[in-house]
Amino acid sequence: MSEKEWPLWEVFIRSKQGLDHKHCGSLHAADAEMAVRMARDVYTRRNEGVSIWVVPSAAISASDPGDREAFVEPMADKIYRHPTFYELPDEVKHM
Amino acid sequence: MQLRKAKFEYLLRMGDNALILGQRLAEWLGHGPQLEEDIASANVSLDLLGQARLWLTHAGKVEGRGRDEDALAFRRDQHELRNCTMVELPNGMRSERDYAFTIVRRMLFDAYQRVLLAQLARSADAEIAAIAVKSGKENDYHWRHSSDWTIRFGDGTEESHRRAQAALDELWRYSAELFVCDPIDRAAAEARLAPAAESLREAWRAEVEPVIAQATLTRPADAKFLSSGKRGAHSEHLGTMLAEMQFLQRAYPNARW
Repeated sequence: MSEKEWPLWEVFIRSKQGLDHKHCGSLHAADAEMAVRMARDVYTRRNEGVSIWVVPSAAISASDPGDREAFVEPMADKIYRHPTFYELPDEVKHM
Repeated sequence: MQLRKAKFEYLLRMGDNALILGQRLAEWLGHGPQLEEDIASANVSLDLLGQARLWLTHAGKVEGRGRDEDALAFRRDQHELRNCTMVELPNGMRSERDYAFTIVRRMLFDAYQRVLLAQLARSADAEIAAIAVKSGKENDYHWRHSSDWTIRFGDGTEESHRRAQAALDELWRYSAELFVCDPIDRAAAEARLAPAAESLREAWRAEVEPVIAQATLTRPADAKFLSSGKRGAHSEHLGTMLAEMQFLQRAYPNARW
């Protein structure tokens, strides 16, 4: 029995043309082709999507949750960065 | 042979192949070698059961004696079932469950469905054509899955290669039955309902042989053995399987929940 575990892949599914791919889970597969096929089997059973992306988990660099103080908290009190002070006239709907 | 009877029998063959193979694949639930393959087997099984429902419902209507899909699936005895012998074989011959055996059996059968459904999509019977088109889309995926795995097993480790070759050696002789033309096949072909059985052999080989080659497996020699499941003469494996599959409906007929 081989000791090699299949690498882990992250799966992203786009539910409809025009929307964005959403992360929906992960799976183990030997290579990219198998990963796409398995994602189709495991994550699109209920017609969840039209497009499947798989990315090796090792290729993803992520922020460290422990960096919350430096990365996230300073954004909370900078309201001047949000475009919320315009008054839209009624004639300009759906902006 | 009277056309209505031939058509009924032909539809039973299509439905029973899907029903029995679907049932066999469902035996993998919870036992798959990997979680993803466990789900894949279940998906294929459900696809096949869905196809069986369509074929058997149509068969019941053609027969015209009021039998619906459930009556046909669960209340026919062994000798009345018309699946080919290949699909009733257990999921492993040397052990109870052998994934290489399951995959190679599926590969051989999926290839057969692939060439058959492509022709059935042009059937003179609109319902048959419609079922064939829908089933063809599902079969396309089944074929890709089983052929890909056959290649991975064959061109894989020493153990996977050994098991895949053993499976192929065991299963090859059961394929001959698929291409033998009997009165039912002939009547269906004459009425333009279905292609002639022997006309599919070349197309089937053209699908299967490249996969076997790429899997670095050896194609077994053709044997004189001819299985007879589609005539209702089954192997010893079908009876035990039916006992489990049909028990509930026979013990509590028409139960509803």
